[in-house]
Amino acid sequence: MAETPISRGFRSRRREQAPKDRLPPGQYVTTDFPILSAGPTPQTKLENWSLALQLGGSLLGKWSWAEFEALPQTTIKTDIHCVTKWSKLDTTWQGVTFDDLLRAVGLEDPPEAYIMAHCDGGYTTNLPVEDLVGGKGMIVTRYEDLPIPPAHGGPARLLVPHLYFWKSAKWVRRLRFIEQDERGFWESLGYHNYGDPWKEQRYDGD
Amino acid sequence: MTETEKTTAPARRLEWQLVEVRQIIVETFRVKSLLLHAPGWQGHLPGQHVDIRLTAEDGYQAQRSYSIASPPEDELLALTVEKVHNGEVSPYLVEELRVGDQFQLRGPIGGYFVWTVATPGPLWLIAGGSGIAPLMAMLRHRARRNVHNPALLLYSSRSLDDVIYREELDAMARRDPDLRVVHTLTRKQPEGWKGYGRRIDKELLADAYFPPGRNPNIFICGPTSLVEAASGLLVELGHEPLTIKTERFGPSGWAS
Repeated sequence: MAETPISRGFRSRRREQAPKDRLPPGQYVTTDFPILSAGPTPQTKLENWSLALQLGGSLLGKWSWAEFEALPQTTIKTDIHCVTKWSKLDTTWQGVTFDDLLRAVGLEDPPEAYIMAHCDGGYTTNLPVEDLVGGKGMIVTRYEDLPIPPAHGGPARLLVPHLYFWKSAKWVRRLRFIEQDERGFWESLGYHNYGDPWKEQRYDGD
Repeated sequence: MTETEKTTAPARRLEWQLVEVRQIIVETFRVKSLLLHAPGWQGHLPGQHVDIRLTAEDGYQAQRSYSIASPPEDELLALTVEKVHNGEVSPYLVEELRVGDQFQLRGPIGGYFVWTVATPGPLWLIAGGSGIAPLMAMLRHRARRNVHNPALLLYSSRSLDDVIYREELDAMARRDPDLRVVHTLTRKQPEGWKGYGRRIDKELLADAYFPPGRNPNIFICGPTSLVEAASGLLVELGHEPLTIKTERFGPSGWAS
């Protein structure tokens, strides 16, 4: 491979660097919380909100907002990494783990190996179930102790912080177990199917 | 073995390639366009973006995304860069970079915020500041192909001096009766300014306007606050959310 060219006169302007083990390759730390969405922000009222868990076409469980709030709540502090290069450290989220959702519908083991998440606004994203179990994935409803604003994915969004943040789909309404992996919205538009920030899997073929 | 490997078509990796700055155009006080020679460029669609990567002498690297402002018909690839206060990459691109310099780039990226002349129906573009760049690729593409679908650009800038591509937009609109360019200047208006002088609001959108019944393809690109406001208002005016494609940049006002 050709040697990496030096950009004459370019140097880091970062006053402090995040520890190497916190910042995946090609990322930079921001203190802001940028918003990236493909379309208008859906404004879903809590009284119209529900979350469904499906196996193929059949319903495993469905929760109203009040029912969802009554499920066991978990709070985590984690770093998040957006494919557009920003990372945000030590973000605190509250919600229900995927494990607790499975428990709530009486499932000991996930029935299939993949999940397709469906959201208000038509957005979808696909995930291996093994990336959701064991506390790795949640449906979150609070950020830093406050309800998540619609522009940031409220009332509820997925949180799968070990993958690029587009996998943490905003406005999630339905999780559907599927037998075979299928590509979601960005995954069908040139973005990587899995999206591991530590392997810099931004785009197809990375 | 995983299902993923079975169901995912093998994809070609977007490799980093070296590009050379051939020309630099001063667009405004804070904005320049870089015209790049990208050997073997695979082509792109209007609205797509690229990643660029800079490497410092000590090995430090920084990556950022920039929209492509040139149409697929042009030989050189144009990136229009606004110098962001306290930024790391944009001040370098705007102030340091010279003709003949090289850097790494890969792309094109993104398949959603895209418009080509093959898309039927009116085209409604709404831009804030340097958010004009990907929309300009669409307008340039439309002009090069001599397509005359009804098109409307609503462009919000701080002042007349901050309007990027002003002369080119004026010339395009003069040549093409099917293209309307509407400016609004939010902070400072020149004496005798007869255009809009405020942030995009519902009345302004209703004035400028393709009604929902004409099924326009709507693209909005700009600072988060502008895109949130404009896209929300368009939904209120009756436009189908899936016809509105957005790209947001800059602070969200929700730092913590």
